[in-house]
Amino acid sequence: MIDLKNVSRIYQVGSGKVYALDKATLHVDKGEFVSITGPSGSGKSTLMNIIGCLDTADSGTYLLDDIPIEDYTETELAKIRNRKIGFVFQNFNLINKLTAEENVELPLIYRGVGKAERKSRVSEALERVNLTNWSRHLPSELSGGQQQRVAIARAIITRPSLILGDEPTGNLDSKTTDEIMRIFRELHQQGNTIMLITHDRAIAEQASRIIHIRDGKLSEVRI
Amino acid sequence: MIQSFKMALKSIAGNKFRSFLTMLGIIIGVMALVILVSLVSGATGSVTDSISRLGNNLLTVTISDDKGSPINLKTLNEWMEKDGIGLIAPSDETSATARYEGNSSSVTIYGTTPPYETINGLSLLLGRFIKSSDVDNHTNVAVINETAATELIGYADCIGEEVSLDGVKYTVVGLLEDDEDSLTAVFGRGSIVAYIPYTSLMRLSAETTSNITSFFVSAETDMATAESVMTSLLMERFDQDDDAFTVSSRDALEDAMSSVTSVLMILLGSIAGISLIVGGIGIMNIMLVTVTERTREIGIRKAIGAGRGIILQQFLLESVVLCMFGCVIGVFLSWVVLRIISVVVSSLSISFTLEWNVVLIAVGFCFLIGIVFGLHPANKAAKMAPIDALRYNG
Ligand SMILES: Nc1ncnc2c1ncn2[C@@H]1O[C@H](COP(=O)(O)OP(=O)(O)O)[C@@H](O)[C@H]1O
Ligand SMILES: [Mg+2]
Repeated sequence: MIDLKNVSRIYQVGSGKVYALDKATLHVDKGEFVSITGPSGSGKSTLMNIIGCLDTADSGTYLLDDIPIEDYTETELAKIRNRKIGFVFQNFNLINKLTAEENVELPLIYRGVGKAERKSRVSEALERVNLTNWSRHLPSELSGGQQQRVAIARAIITRPSLILGDEPTGNLDSKTTDEIMRIFRELHQQGNTIMLITHDRAIAEQASRIIHIRDGKLSEVRI
Repeated sequence: MIQSFKMALKSIAGNKFRSFLTMLGIIIGVMALVILVSLVSGATGSVTDSISRLGNNLLTVTISDDKGSPINLKTLNEWMEKDGIGLIAPSDETSATARYEGNSSSVTIYGTTPPYETINGLSLLLGRFIKSSDVDNHTNVAVINETAATELIGYADCIGEEVSLDGVKYTVVGLLEDDEDSLTAVFGRGSIVAYIPYTSLMRLSAETTSNITSFFVSAETDMATAESVMTSLLMERFDQDDDAFTVSSRDALEDAMSSVTSVLMILLGSIAGISLIVGGIGIMNIMLVTVTERTREIGIRKAIGAGRGIILQQFLLESVVLCMFGCVIGVFLSWVVLRIISVVVSSLSISFTLEWNVVLIAVGFCFLIGIVFGLHPANKAAKMAPIDALRYNG
């Protein structure tokens, strides 16, 4: 489902160029669970953002479900992000003014889903991450683990086939990390494609594939 | 759309004090517009009311150049017979000192003929008006108004009393009601007035001669016909020279009044409009700050699937809602202020009410300002690259 060929992303820093991604080539099939590791600043997030259609490559091709992403306008990319991709970030990225259920509901609003269906899907998603009793709380009233579970509920509400996590457990203690990872494993068992960035060896090991990045260059560690 | 509306309300309510300060410009602008225009239209409404209550039933003719064929009382009598013309009365005036026993005061004296009473709609309280025989014999009789009677003679029932006008004795034969609605009353009330036969005025004042330079005409049927008949008579007499005379009706006065009013309205309206625009700049300023502050939120919304259109709509709606709130508050405060003013000046019998067309204009204008000044900030938000917005640490 993901097909990257010679994808590069170059940042101009001062007078020099930084290759955040250097001719990355990667193929991920539907239903795979891939973890991405590498030192800080190696280009993991850059790769993830390109796969998640938040950023675009400077060169190379990216096919998502056999469709070349370069051809799309910003509005079409927004639609793809909404329907095909669920993003989970290290710092949760919830909207602070909105309650847990409102945050989770937002992608469905952008998708144009009717109110009744939204309500039932929101409560379903919150139940899935065990937060039914916290639905009316603001992010500031929730613990880190709870906030990340809200973010996961938001990512899965549109039933995307691809779920991306950029160090989703980076800010969490080991107990909540286990909870979050259990949810990701369940999602994988249900047939979703999962890609996780992590520093944690133990988490990386849970995946079926590990990709290592160093200075923007990809290498397969284990298949 | 309903969702974006709720979001807009939420974000405005989220920072009430700042929203209020932002709206203040709009509130003041709306109040300026609505109150000023309502005041002007209330005041001019009352003036035009009194002008039109004077009736619109006479022409005033003034001759500036008689071209060697002056008009005299006989000419006027002939003209009165013409079709379309009702009555004609000459009118000339002078000031004199009136004395009665120990009292003396300055008086405005009109010299005229009997039709004057009907043409100008004077109402007699006591006695009679000037008669034809008075004019023929240049009798020294005077018809005075109530103010003249009370101020000069001291009491109203003064028929038969003798007053001297510039030393000539005149017998008071009639008492006129002070005309509240007359033109003189509109522009200065309480003047002392005496009417005497035109021929008597010729003796009293050196400037008045048998050559009549000013007279009033009433219509037989309608004013337009009277005006055209009168004009053609005068043209014929004065060698087709329309600079030799002027014929004016009170229509012209009303026209002048209403053009003054509309100029005033436009002037005040544009001043208020400018203050609304200043308010709009305030809105734009705060919206730009809001967009910057909420860069991260914009990034999140884009990451989960909000396209440019949705973000644009959200911020545009926010600025329009802000403007409309300001507008509603401004209209409400204008209403309160107008009520207070009406109560304070209630003795003047002028009513100041909210002019609904101005309110409508204000609402439309605010809406427009919300869009025009919200467009740039909203566009800025919409154009942000999702990844940059997400990375923003403000
Ligand atoms: N917006 C940017 N401008 C300049 N350099 C950037 C930008 N984003 C990332 N980089 C650089 O690209 C490289 C890869 O960054 P990133 O993908 O965030 O690394 P990782 O997520 O692996 O820590 C780093 O050297 C970083 O400094
Ligand atoms: Mg990173």
